[in-house]
Amino acid sequence: MGALQSLSDEPEYRELAEKTGFSFEQIGILHKRFKQLSHNEDMLRRADLDTIPDLACNPIRTQIIEAFFDKRNFHQNGDGTVEEISFEEFLVVMSHFRPPALNMTEEQREKVRREKLRFLFNMHDTDNDGTITLEEYRHVVEELLSRSGALGKETAKGIADAAMLEVASISMGHMEPDEFYEGITFEHFLKILKDIEIETKMNIRFLNMDTTTLCNRDSSSIR
Amino acid sequence: RVLSGTGYGGIHPIFLERGLLLLVMLIFLEGTALTLGAASSPDISAQDNTGGHEHLDDHQGIAGSNDRTNYTYTKKAFPVLSLDYHHIQVPFEISLWVLLASLMKLGFHLIPRLSSIVPESCLLIVVGLLVGGLIKLAGEEVPPVLDSNLFFLCLLPPIILDAGYFLPIRPFMENIGTILMFAVVGTLWNAFFVGGLLYAVCQIEGTYLSQVELLPCLLFGSIISAVDPVAVLAVFEEIHINELLHILVFGESLLNDAVTVVLYHLFEEYSGAGEVTPMDVVLGVICFLIVSLGGIAVGAIYGILAAFTSRFTSHTRVIEPLFMFVYSYMAYLSAEMFHLSGIMALIACGAVMRPYVEANISHKSHTTVKYFLKMWSSVSETLIFIFLGVATVAGPHAWNWTFVSVTVILCLVSRVIGVVGLTFIINKFRIVKLTTKDQFIVAYGGLRGAIAFSLGYLLDKDLFPMRTMFLTAIITEIFFTVFVQGMTIKPLVDLLAVKKKQEAKRSINEEIHTQFLDHLLTGIEDICGHYGHHHWKDKLNRFNKKYIKKCLIAGERYKEPQLIAFYHKMEFKQAIELVESGGGVKLPSAVPSQVSMQNIQPKKLPPPVAERALPQFTKGREEEIRKILRSNLQKTRQRLRSYNRHTLVADPFEDGWNDFLLKKQRLIELEKKMSNYLTVPGAIPDSPTMCRARLASDPNAFYNIKASSDGVPTIQVDLASPQSPDSVNMLNEFSKEGATGQSLGQREGATGLGQREGADRDEDQGLMMKPAGKGEKGEGGNKNPGLMRCLSDPGPSNEDEEDEPFLP
Repeated sequence: MGALQSLSDEPEYRELAEKTGFSFEQIGILHKRFKQLSHNEDMLRRADLDTIPDLACNPIRTQIIEAFFDKRNFHQNGDGTVEEISFEEFLVVMSHFRPPALNMTEEQREKVRREKLRFLFNMHDTDNDGTITLEEYRHVVEELLSRSGALGKETAKGIADAAMLEVASISMGHMEPDEFYEGITFEHFLKILKDIEIETKMNIRFLNMDTTTLCNRDSSSIR
Repeated sequence: RVLSGTGYGGIHPIFLERGLLLLVMLIFLEGTALTLGAASSPDISAQDNTGGHEHLDDHQGIAGSNDRTNYTYTKKAFPVLSLDYHHIQVPFEISLWVLLASLMKLGFHLIPRLSSIVPESCLLIVVGLLVGGLIKLAGEEVPPVLDSNLFFLCLLPPIILDAGYFLPIRPFMENIGTILMFAVVGTLWNAFFVGGLLYAVCQIEGTYLSQVELLPCLLFGSIISAVDPVAVLAVFEEIHINELLHILVFGESLLNDAVTVVLYHLFEEYSGAGEVTPMDVVLGVICFLIVSLGGIAVGAIYGILAAFTSRFTSHTRVIEPLFMFVYSYMAYLSAEMFHLSGIMALIACGAVMRPYVEANISHKSHTTVKYFLKMWSSVSETLIFIFLGVATVAGPHAWNWTFVSVTVILCLVSRVIGVVGLTFIINKFRIVKLTTKDQFIVAYGGLRGAIAFSLGYLLDKDLFPMRTMFLTAIITEIFFTVFVQGMTIKPLVDLLAVKKKQEAKRSINEEIHTQFLDHLLTGIEDICGHYGHHHWKDKLNRFNKKYIKKCLIAGERYKEPQLIAFYHKMEFKQAIELVESGGGVKLPSAVPSQVSMQNIQPKKLPPPVAERALPQFTKGREEEIRKILRSNLQKTRQRLRSYNRHTLVADPFEDGWNDFLLKKQRLIELEKKMSNYLTVPGAIPDSPTMCRARLASDPNAFYNIKASSDGVPTIQVDLASPQSPDSVNMLNEFSKEGATGQSLGQREGATGLGQREGADRDEDQGLMMKPAGKGEKGEGGNKNPGLMRCLSDPGPSNEDEEDEPFLP
């Protein structure tokens, strides 16, 4: 604990806290984890994340890992992927999963919502052309079903096609037979997922105290 | 003028009919009241079945005028017609009550706009009051309708099972901490606050209540403090509040049962024998754990048993639903036997068995389960509210202004304090905080109901001399919450603009993203390196998939991931809608027709992709067509089967037919394209469907090449016929076998093939006179399986593969 408090005095931490909205304690814990993952290096590589044992059976593992190395998720302008990330970038990616504050205005809520959905959208839109094409969507569903073996492969296509049809029909209304729906744009993406309250769902609990030293979990004063 | 005239003429009979129905109901109500009042005392508790025929005659004397007309009295001669009301009295009266309840429910929904003003529960209580009043006016003793045994053993279980079976597991588990906090701590707080302060008030001079002791007060507090699931369900289903608030209040009302049971037994035990030692408190806590966890364990065991049993019911589909009900009821009774929480047992049982049972039983059985649950629970609910009214009239009352008003006020105050205080603590742990509005609705939605009354009714008169006063206060509190809070909550929800419930229908995109989010969050938690909610959920899911599903779900379905299951369900629903809507032209809403596959498919398929896709795709389609034809053949045979006690005749929804329908739906795309090419030689340029169909097939022309090179003209038969008998089955589900020409016409009409083919033809007629080859072969196929077989499938029809349980 003492170490953490001293950490919070560092100006670097203050800056990070301002940028990402995490508390000092949370940053401290995440930093520890970062060091652990990167084997005490300053930069984190894909291989480091690949070796997390719990992640091994996650069907969308590659997409999750890619998201950490995607420049679009760093709150900076730019796209493409990087080979390694610093702690700051790690933290920025993590901040997409921060729970929302108690009292938000509609605008703030909408902003949080867009941010979170943008993260999801970027995960699907692998070639960064602003649309999720049928191929990309099929890939998503295939990955999602990749743990269910051969059974999933065939159905995945059907599901992705049906889903795409749905998007097209919701967002375009009527289409002439010779028109072509290129893919899901972000606006359409917002539209089809408007019923999922993403701002209340896409959150995880970030610890304020280190559970390795303290056994009880306490997440008071998240904000 | 003409228009308005017809409009008036159209409306008038409806009102007339409604008026008539209402009149019938009123008469019936009176009749019921008289009859029920007349033969009141034995009622449903049926104690004096043994009572001889001696006092029977008096009963008959009173038993209503219409009865007397049938009464023929013969002395020694053989009684040609005799009246023995007593013989059928109990079941007759039960039926009468149920009928009354159902008619009231019916009437309630017939009166326009009434349901938007007054909640059903209020109206039913009023009806109960009326019935009770009539019985009393008739000079009879009001039957003890809300007898505790009857209530707890017959009326309550269906409602709770319904609630448990349809419990939205996901939000429930996500908010389980909050729900438990409200249910356990909140109820404890309410009980002690109300009980304690009531005692304090009773000690004030001048209230004439000084004889009331502390323990009875606490007992009263524990009875009155529990939120009632029946009342909550009745009101919350009408206000369509958002999922979170609904599950918070409703979950609380379900889970507080354990607390109430323990407190009730504890206080009842000690109010006879004075002192409560710290030891008793400890025992009480242990007792609470046993009652709640034991109840859940009992329920879970029965739930697993039910799931396991349903694995083997594929040969006796008709009794499938029964297993679910009997196992659940057994769970409830077993839990009650040990004084465990029966409500928790039922909830656990319903929630545990649902996913497995749903995968195992046939679609029709599942519909039956759903309908029976809904039917029973709604009748029970109606009866409970009516009985509440009747019991109000019946009971001896001891009205004490102080006691009653203090009770009502304290209940409100303690609820508000409890909710606000607890939310303050809970919000520190919640990711999604509860806002002030949420808190208000949770506090205001704490309705009390018939459980409290029944518990009060159970009290021993000798031990609790103030029982009647308690009952009066309980009834007042129930009436206050149900009437005042129940009626005002809807306007308040609108006023505060509390978020409403969204459309329940989920789209495939939402399902994909829900799943995606689950995995994503699990992944992020794993990267963060701490094991949270999502991590454990994922572990549990995996365990469930790996072991439990394998044991409890028959066949291959356990392998099916949730997303695929959802997709199949959706497709199936669409297939049904499609057939029911009576035309293949219009695709159902979820995948609307105005956008078709070619709109989203990349225009130019790169050659390597196309090559790879070609054989795979068409082979799959061919296989589907074959399968459909095969099941079609089987069906022809089934239709000729005679009466069988264990199955319903030729059941289109059964097992194999599930797949059949699904595949049929998938086929429609292809079929459109193919039929266009194969069955219609000359294009009809004006038909929009045709245009679409042709265009649809353009980028995918290889289907047709493949298909025509395979079987040439026979394919068209294959495509036409598999659809048609099926739709007949949907339409004449209950009509007997032997498809007449007319139904053939119907069935062709339903497929929409007719429209596609001859846009210029009259529908019914045109279908009868199909293009020669087609119509004849369609029919011939049914009558002559040999021909069909040689046309469709080289292999013999393999029945086992289709999993058709009712085949010989």
